[in-house]
Order: sequence, then C-alpha cells, then structure tokens
Amino acid sequence: MTPFLFTLAVLCISLGAGLLGSLLGIGGGLILIPVLTLWLKVDIRYAVGASIISVIATSSGAAAAYVRDRMANMRVAMFLELATTAGALSGAFLSGLVGGRGVYFVFGAVMAYSALAMLRRMGAREEAPVPADALADRLGLHGSYWDEASGREVRYRVTRPVAGLGLMYVAGTVSGLLGIGSGALKVPAMDLAMRLPLKVSTATSNFMIGVTAAASAGVYFARGQIDPFIAGPVCVGVTLGAWLGSRHLMARVNSTWLRGLFVAVLLWVAWEMLHKGWVS
Amino acid sequence: MSGEREPEAGPRKEAAAAAVHEDAEAVPLVPELLISDLLRYGVVASLSLVTLGTLITYLRHPDYLVSSEALQRLTAPHPVPHGLRDVLTGALAARGQSFVMVGLLVMMAVPVLRVALSLLIFRQQRDTLYVAITTAVLGLLCLSFLLGAAEG
Repeated sequence: MTPFLFTLAVLCISLGAGLLGSLLGIGGGLILIPVLTLWLKVDIRYAVGASIISVIATSSGAAAAYVRDRMANMRVAMFLELATTAGALSGAFLSGLVGGRGVYFVFGAVMAYSALAMLRRMGAREEAPVPADALADRLGLHGSYWDEASGREVRYRVTRPVAGLGLMYVAGTVSGLLGIGSGALKVPAMDLAMRLPLKVSTATSNFMIGVTAAASAGVYFARGQIDPFIAGPVCVGVTLGAWLGSRHLMARVNSTWLRGLFVAVLLWVAWEMLHKGWVS
Repeated sequence: MSGEREPEAGPRKEAAAAAVHEDAEAVPLVPELLISDLLRYGVVASLSLVTLGTLITYLRHPDYLVSSEALQRLTAPHPVPHGLRDVLTGALAARGQSFVMVGLLVMMAVPVLRVALSLLIFRQQRDTLYVAITTAVLGLLCLSFLLGAAEG
C-alpha cells in the first residue's frame, strides 16, 4: 500500500465512522480505533491520538448547533467540566503507565459496557419527581429548553450535582485513556443521576466532550502521539461523515434496527480488542 | 437550518421567569451566538489547514503516490514533532505535514478558546461563582499542555 492509498483508506474509514457515529448518537472514536488498529495495523497509541482530535471536531461542530438552539445547559456543562478535565488529565497520564496492552483491555471492557448501556436505553424509563437539591439551587443549574414536538418551553430541575461530578471524573478518565469522547458514559450520568431531560443531556454531553478531549489532546500532543499523517485524514473524514449523517440521513434511518445491529458489532469488536490485548 | 426557528417573545418571557435566565434577558442570545460562531469557524479553519497541508505533502512528495516503502516509514513508530517551535518552523518551511499539524493544533485550541470566551461572558454577567469555576477549568486545560510538555 502506498502512502496515498493509506490516506484515502483512512479518510474513507473515518467518513464511515463519523456517519455511523452520528446516526447512533455516539462519537466516531469507538468505531474508528478498532478499525485503524485491527485492519490498517496502526499503532494503538497513534490511533488514540488521531481519534481524540476527531472527537474535538465532531463535538465542536454538533455543539455549535445545540448552543444556538439553547438546548445545551452551559452552566451544567461548565460545572461538570471541572471533573471531566481533571479525569481526562488522569486518564492521559494513566495511558502512559499501562501501555498499549492495558489500553486494549480497558477499551474492550468499555465497548462491551457501551453496548449493554445502549441495549438498556432501548427500553422505557420511569418518571419520578426530581428531588430538591440545595447545591444545585446554589449553582443555578436548573434550566429550560424549547420542545419542538409540544411547541412550548419545557422547564426542568437538576439534582445530585456531586454524584454527577464523580461520574464525570470517571467518564473523563476513560476519555483520556482511550481517546474517545465517552458520551456513552456522560449521557447516563446526566440523564439518570442528575435527571436532566435526555435531549438536554445529549446536547450538553456533546458540548462538554470537546473540552474533555482538549485536555487529553494536550498531553498526547506533548508526548508526540498525535501523528499528522494519521490524524489529518481522520479529522477531516470523521467531521464530514458526522455532518453528512446529522444533516441528511438522521431522519431516514430506522434507529431501533440500527441500534440492534450496532450492539452486535460492538460486542464482537469488544471481544476482538480483548483478544488482541491478551495475545500481544 | 438550525437558524430557522428564532425563539418567540412568549417562550422567551417564560424562560426569563425561571431564575436562571435572568441574565440572558439583558443580553438576548448573544453569548450563545458568540460561542456557536467560535466553534463553527474554528472547526472550518482547522479543517482547511489540514486539507491544504495534505495537498502540499503530496505535491512535494510525488513518490508517495507510488512507493509502498514510504508507508513503512510513515506509519512505523517514530518521533513526531511535538513542540510548538518545531511545528511552526516546519510550517514556515512549507512542509505539508507541519501545516496539517498547525490545523490539528487549531482544533485543539477551539475548546480552550470556548472556555476563555465563557469566562468573559460570566464576568460580564458578574457571576462570581461561575467565573471561579470557569477559571479552574481553564487552569486545568493549561495544566494539561504544561504537564504533557514536562513529561515529554
């Protein structure tokens, strides 16, 4: 394979990962890293470095729209970013300690977890009143968003900000360690623990992911793990794919069927990554 | 597409009634628009630089189109420029890969600038608590670049 073909291959794979990621509401990283390492034999440390940049790109692109629509809760985001950036820093340093093999293991485990979380999300969830929380009041975390379906402004209250901080630290660590956005961990933390509406959780998660990823990217860059030859085409491909997916395909795809298929693929890749960590 | 629906007077008043959005009424939508534009144009600038750099690389190295040995060199573990000075000197020498790297650095800078912009907005709103929170986040981001550099 010549460098030119390699660039083209990386570009196409990234385009596909970005497209699929945007349809499933997860970042491209979770799909991209296994393909780069297992198919194109890219060293996992460079794959992670490339992925983290593409995470910033997709998050920033999506967040631009969410912020304009006032769907993302910027105060919740800012507050939780305290924990995600601290976590991302820990994760990026941890990845230097555990080495390639450890990263494969953690990656496999997180993938398996994401698959199961996605399965669970397909079911319904119950609605109980949101318990009052003094700290959430003090921080002014409560907000409102415009609901297109019902045509009115929906107000919501936020609870358990400290639990949110703790979960976000974990999400940030995973993100820094693996070079993924870990939206699959962030959304449940806001949705289930802090009781933000799912739409707001998704928008806010997207908004936060860029900052989390930038914290890890700083460490990766300084360590020389961001290789322009790989990260360049990845960055362009994933962004274009995500843009195409969210603008032109979202409405036309049956998401339940797609999710089912994706859970199967995730579980299979999780097994592959664990296996690779075992034999290498 | 996202700009189609401007919030009407009704929902805006309702939103302002919620204690949280009191500040937003004084400066309607401006912080959100500023942040949204920063994110959008930042990403576009970065992607343009990356594309330009990739084109320069292949113009300057026609052998990359045919030789498969070159790929071995490019993908094997190797030292990558990871100091700001290395990257900038490379870009000034019109090295394609350095242009790509500048683009990637612009991408990394976008969220940092977003936090800095939020800091200015919270200061303008005289929201001391959030000025403190935002300053801490900005500090952690700067720390990541400094600590990474110290380690490498």
